[in-house]
Amino acid sequence: MKRKYFAIPYAVWMLVLIIAPMILIMMYAFTGQADGAFTLDNIKEALNPVYMKVLLRSLELAVISTVICLFLGYPIAYFLSRMPARRAAILSMLFIVPMWMNFLLRTYAWMNILDTNGLINQLLVALDLGRVKLMNTQGAVVVGMVYNYLPFMILPIYNILQKMPKESIEAAQDLGSTDRQVFTKVVFPLSIPGVISGITMVFIPTITTFAISRLLGGSQFMLYGDLIENQFLSVGQANGGWHVGAALSFIMMVLVFICMAIANHFDKGEENGGTMI
Amino acid sequence: MKSKSSWGRNFFIGLMLLFMYAPIIIMIIYSFNASKTMANWGGFSLKWYEALFSDRDIMAALEVTVTVAVLSSITATFIGTAAAIGIHSMKRRWRNAMMYCSNIPVINPDIVTGVSLMFAFSLLAVPQGYTRLLLAHITFNIPYVILSVMPRLRQTSNSLYEAALDLGAKPSVALRKVILPQIMPGVISGAILAFTLSIDDFVISFFSQQGAQNLSIYIYSLARRGINPKINALSALMFVTVMSLLLTVNFLGGKSSPEARKKRAQKKEARIARKAGTFVMEEN
Repeated sequence: MKRKYFAIPYAVWMLVLIIAPMILIMMYAFTGQADGAFTLDNIKEALNPVYMKVLLRSLELAVISTVICLFLGYPIAYFLSRMPARRAAILSMLFIVPMWMNFLLRTYAWMNILDTNGLINQLLVALDLGRVKLMNTQGAVVVGMVYNYLPFMILPIYNILQKMPKESIEAAQDLGSTDRQVFTKVVFPLSIPGVISGITMVFIPTITTFAISRLLGGSQFMLYGDLIENQFLSVGQANGGWHVGAALSFIMMVLVFICMAIANHFDKGEENGGTMI
Repeated sequence: MKSKSSWGRNFFIGLMLLFMYAPIIIMIIYSFNASKTMANWGGFSLKWYEALFSDRDIMAALEVTVTVAVLSSITATFIGTAAAIGIHSMKRRWRNAMMYCSNIPVINPDIVTGVSLMFAFSLLAVPQGYTRLLLAHITFNIPYVILSVMPRLRQTSNSLYEAALDLGAKPSVALRKVILPQIMPGVISGAILAFTLSIDDFVISFFSQQGAQNLSIYIYSLARRGINPKINALSALMFVTVMSLLLTVNFLGGKSSPEARKKRAQKKEARIARKAGTFVMEEN
């Protein structure tokens, strides 16, 4: 038996549960509820101004969270990469451990801190400073996103910085570069593939998350993911929710593939999955 | 330069670790709070743990999460490892096509994967609930297994395999005794990755299952109604379990200096070579 036939079970699985479902999303997105004929109505519905506003808000939050993750994650990765190997291994492990807990539990943990009776407000009350509304704000959602996705920024950057040949840094130093120049001209440019994969690994989940916004942002704080959930669960199949929901998902998919194309443009060298955990 | 800034570095790293762990530690502390509200400390108590263990819904959800994680990661590891071996031996064009399709669930937002699986399951009339949940988890786990086995396969030299064939081993034996031991670390890390992804998942489960409740879905419905001390107790237990599992794995596998690791790797290679020699005799 030839070795390539080993892939047959997966090829079948992939056809039925990866490729066909993608086609189904497109079919639902481009057909009408009543007659099943081709239509652009769902897409039009999904692009209406109210939904577009939600999309813009989601993008805004995702950009804010990604930028914060980058500004926190890059220095972490950089410092880790300059430490003795054993210490760096332990510390990078410590940054990953919280990821092994359940995503919902991690988000829920922040409710304890940000709640009106939560830790921060109790401290403020104890100091006679009065309560602050922290829950159900944009800030709470951003904190939740940064907390959940920061390790996805740290890891790829750390991986690439760690593999960076010391010779290239030493060469720059020998040629008289200052530390600052070494960083801006050598280290940072060489780490860009890691930065790009960090950005995509944070940005894509943050545009589409809906649990974080629901738990920390309250019900009035709608993001694009909530919109999709709403179409499927509240509007429902009988009222065409599946079709509009599919259209929304399709738009999301297109958006993500555009992001990936941009990322790939910057990142040609890396083989697929090279920076995965 | 080094000594001047290392204090600042350590402080920054420490601050970030505090950011990662403070929520978890606070949750663990509150799980022992006798009072139901967080506004006051009612003394040390284990009553939320008792409440947790006597809550049938949470226990059922926990069972679903753990069994799905075990079953889906094992299944995905078998299918994924076989697939990786198959894809690796394909011609470049097919290999790229397979990898491209396989990466769809990795690249796609979870919500899109969840919705697409929901469509497929309802079209195929897959029984609602547990079956759908399990199939969904296997589906999103396989690509990650492939991604962690593939780099190992690229590192294996074909010459050992060919040597085994030249010495008269059947391809299946050569595969089992030469290729498999070499890619084993990738297979194991793929299995662990799959297990944790399954435990962690919320969005795909939420959309694809229709009726089964795993931990994520249950917590989602509970936490929307505000803070519940039982969840604190559950989180504390989950965290302690994960932490001790990781420490055990690290203690068993990682207590080594680079030299020791190198030595171990050499030993392993020697063992593989020995095996390659001996099974031929077994064969004949």
